[in-house]
Amino acid sequence: MFDIGLVHYLTVGAILFVLGIFGIFLNRKNVIVILMSVELILLAVNMNLVGFSSVLQDLTGQIFAMLILTVAAAEAAIGLAIVVIYYRNRGSIEVEDISTLRG
Amino acid sequence: MIAALAFYFFAAILIASAVMVVTSRNPVHSVLFLILCFFNASALFLIAGAEFLAMILVIVYVGAVAVLFLFVVMMLDIDFARLREGFQRYAPVGAAVGGVLFLELLMVLGTWRFADDAASLRINPTTPGGISNTAAIGRILYTDYIYLFQASGAVLLVAMLGAIVLTLRDRPGTKRQSVAVQVARDPKLVETRAVALGAGLDTIGIRRPLPPPEPPKKVEHAADHAADHGGHH
Repeated sequence: MFDIGLVHYLTVGAILFVLGIFGIFLNRKNVIVILMSVELILLAVNMNLVGFSSVLQDLTGQIFAMLILTVAAAEAAIGLAIVVIYYRNRGSIEVEDISTLRG
Repeated sequence: MIAALAFYFFAAILIASAVMVVTSRNPVHSVLFLILCFFNASALFLIAGAEFLAMILVIVYVGAVAVLFLFVVMMLDIDFARLREGFQRYAPVGAAVGGVLFLELLMVLGTWRFADDAASLRINPTTPGGISNTAAIGRILYTDYIYLFQASGAVLLVAMLGAIVLTLRDRPGTKRQSVAVQVARDPKLVETRAVALGAGLDTIGIRRPLPPPEPPKKVEHAADHAADHGGHH
């Protein structure tokens, strides 16, 4: 119990991941909260990588986590830019209307 | 002991704030809880010994991404109450999918174990003692992983260009100086004159001509003053 190991990090990561998935289902219409849930999922992945890196005494996991951090930042920037122009065109950010974006 | 207590403390706050992120009524509160989430995750990274990543998490996520979210949430004028329709309807589905996923993850966690030669398969084992975490990451990031480092820089560059291209627009009706248009003007339409120093516009007579005098207005209330202006009609 008082010995923090890999299982603890993996459990926290799993809970975060599930909460992210749950958030996507829960806020089906609000695309901003969906993006936040995606950030939570990426944070869960980082948690797993750091846990493995710490337990195995291997730095590769931390390098991986940095790359994921980069991709998460880029994804947030592009996603929020799309939200802004979608709001400019439609006056709302309801995801269910976004099927009009096709073609 | 202390580390374990700190781990449970930060993990509890992390999970509680993650719950608040997805269930909060106001998206501004969601973003603030997301910031709390990132702070606690960085504390967990510190406990795991990944100091550099913990600081990067605070700088990048809290300093850039979360503030970007806050900016967009506050900038757009959205009726968030309308966006929460169907919240109760989707909650059971989400809970079911999340519960199944969590059970599967726990089952994987229960039956999984390290390979016997996992210790010998490490790519970049940390040397005990000596250099700090940041220095160790720097030593391999700028040598073995230099191409990945450059590629992530390219990803950020493309993201920046994409965000600019997506959101840049020129509104019709605003007046901006366009140097190219000014330089490339047609010399037949615009005449350039040399004007003596101190000579006003009156002296050289390039004033715009006065508009032609307006014709006298017709009298509308002819009935009252018909006698005075007799013969006007």
